[in-house]
Amino acid sequence: MSAEPAAPQRTFAQRILGENPSAWAFVLPAVLIIIGLSIIPIGWSLLLSFNSADLIRPAQWVGLSNYDALLKDPGIRDAVVHTIVYTVLFVPISTALGLFLALGLNRRIRFIGIYRTAFLAPFIASVAAQGVLFSFIFDERFGVANAVLDAVGLPRQGFLGDPDQALFVIALIGIWGGIGFPLVIYLAALQDVPRELVDAASVDGARRWATLRHVILPQLLPVTIFLLVWQALLSLQLFDLVYATTRGGPLDSTVVIVYYIYNQAFELFHAGYAAAVAYVVALFLILLVGAQLIYNRLRARHA
Amino acid sequence: MRVATDPPVDGAAEALDDSAPPAPKRGRLPFSPWHLVLAPAALLFALPLIWMVLSSFMSNAQINQFPPTIIPDSLHLDGWNTVLGDSDFPRWFLNSTIVAGVTVVSNLVFCSLAGYAFARLRFRGSTLVFLLILLTLIIPFQLTMIPTFIVMDKLGLVDTLGALIVPQLVLPLGVFLMRQFFVNLPREVEEAARIDGCSRLGVLIHVALPLAKPALATLAALTFLLMWNDLLWPLIAINSDENSTLPLGLTTFQGQHTQDFGAVMAGNVITVVPVLLAFLFAQRSFIASLSSSAVKG
Repeated sequence: MSAEPAAPQRTFAQRILGENPSAWAFVLPAVLIIIGLSIIPIGWSLLLSFNSADLIRPAQWVGLSNYDALLKDPGIRDAVVHTIVYTVLFVPISTALGLFLALGLNRRIRFIGIYRTAFLAPFIASVAAQGVLFSFIFDERFGVANAVLDAVGLPRQGFLGDPDQALFVIALIGIWGGIGFPLVIYLAALQDVPRELVDAASVDGARRWATLRHVILPQLLPVTIFLLVWQALLSLQLFDLVYATTRGGPLDSTVVIVYYIYNQAFELFHAGYAAAVAYVVALFLILLVGAQLIYNRLRARHA
Repeated sequence: MRVATDPPVDGAAEALDDSAPPAPKRGRLPFSPWHLVLAPAALLFALPLIWMVLSSFMSNAQINQFPPTIIPDSLHLDGWNTVLGDSDFPRWFLNSTIVAGVTVVSNLVFCSLAGYAFARLRFRGSTLVFLLILLTLIIPFQLTMIPTFIVMDKLGLVDTLGALIVPQLVLPLGVFLMRQFFVNLPREVEEAARIDGCSRLGVLIHVALPLAKPALATLAALTFLLMWNDLLWPLIAINSDENSTLPLGLTTFQGQHTQDFGAVMAGNVITVVPVLLAFLFAQRSFIASLSSSAVKG
C-alpha cells in the first residue's frame, strides 16, 4: 500500500500520530476550520435550542420549552405551508422541464451553444440579482409583465404585491433560475445512454415515445431521484429569492422556513428559538438525504 | 458520470446537421422540429437578462412611462453614472472580488493538501476526521449559522470582510472533491518520484497537482460561484454599506432607490455580468463542475 520505507524504529510522533505524523500538517488547517466552524456549531445549536438566548445577554436554560412553543406557533405552520407549496411547484416542474430541454439538446442541432447558454445563464446569476430583476419586471405599476398583459388585453395583476399571487410568482422566478442544474445533469446522464437506443428512437413518432418511456427514462431513474432530492433540498432552504423580492410580504404570505429562522434569530433576537426551529428542519432534511443515500446503496447492491 | 459535451458541431458536421437522418419521409420542415420548441423557450429564458441590460441604459422617464418601454428609442447613462459615481457599487465590487479571490486561493491550497493526505497518507484518526467532514456535507447551513455568527462575534470579525472569508476558507465539499480526485489518480508516477527522494509535499506540488488541473478548475469555479452569489451569510455578518458584497449591496440599494430603475439595473448588471462572462469563457469547465458536484451523493 504505502510507499513509506519500513522504519525499524518508530519515532515518538509516529507512535502517537500514526505512520505519517506529517500528514497532520497537511490536514490541520482544513480540520481546524471544519471542526471549529461546522462540527462544533452543530452541537452548539442543539445547546442553544434548549436556551433562551438573544445573542447579547448570557443564555438562560429553558429545557424543552422552545420545542414546546414551536409546536403551537402559527407563524411556523404558515412558513411550513408556504415552503411546501413552493417545493411542490418548484421540484417537479424544474426537473421535468430540465429533462425535456435536455432531450431536445441531446442531438446534433444547430445553435446548441446558444440554447444551452440561454438556459444556463439564469442559473449562474446570483439569486439576489434574479430577485431584484424580477421585482421590476413584475412591478405592479411600471413592470413589463403588466405592460404585456395590457398589450394582449388581459387584466393587470398584482403579482408580487398580491398576497394570493406572490408565492406563485416567486416559484415562477425560482423555476426560471433553477432549471439549469437539472438540464446539465440530464445532459450528462444522456451521454451515458447507449447511442443505439437514442438512434432507434428517432425512426418514427410512435416508437420514439415508446423508446423514451421504456428505455431511456428507466435509465435516467437514478439521476432523476438524485435531482428530485437535490431540488427539494434547495427549495426547502429557499431564502435569497424571498429576501430579494418580497422580504416575506405582502401580509407574510411568502415567509418560508429559512426566512422565518433568519427573522427570529437576527431581526427579533430569539436565537434559542430559531435554533430549535433550525434543528427540526435540519433533521427532516437529513432524513431526506439519508433516504437518497440508502436508495443509492440498495441500487448498487442490486446492480 | 461523464461531462455533457456537445456532439461535434464543427463546420462540416453543422452543415449536415438537420439533414443528417437519411431522407426524412414526413419531414416538411427544412430544420429540426425541436427548434420550434427550443427557440421560443431559449428566448423566454434570455429575455429577462437582455431586458436587464437594456433597461440599465434607459432613463427613468423611459422606464416610468406607461406603457413601459421594452425597446428604448435612445440610450441613457444616468443609471450608470449614479452607480459608478454616486454609490458604493465600486466598493462592493472590490469587496466581492476580495472575498471570492481569497476563498478561491485558500480552498485550492487547503483542500488540495487535505484531500491529498486523506487519499494517500495513513495516519491516526484519518478515518474519523474524514467521516466528520462527510457529515458536515449534509448539514444545512441554517443549522450552523447562529453559532457561526457568535464565533465571528467573539473573534471581533462581525461587519468585516473577515467574517465572510474565515468560515469559507476550507469548504468540506472541496476537501471531498480533491480527495476523490487523488484516490482515482494512479500511484505509479508518484512512487517513482518518492524513490527519487522527493518529499511528500514535493510529490504533491510537482507531480500530483499538475495532474489535478481539472479538479482544481472545478473547485475554483464552484468556490467562486458560491462566494460571489451568496446573500444569506453576508446579510447576517455585515451591517455596514462599506463592507457589503454585491448581492447584499444590491438588495440594500434597491430598497433605497425603488424609483431609480436604471441605476438598480446597472447595479444588477455589475453583479451578474462578471459571473456570466466567466461562464461564457469557461462554459465547459463550469458544466463539468456542476456535473461532478452531482456525483458526490
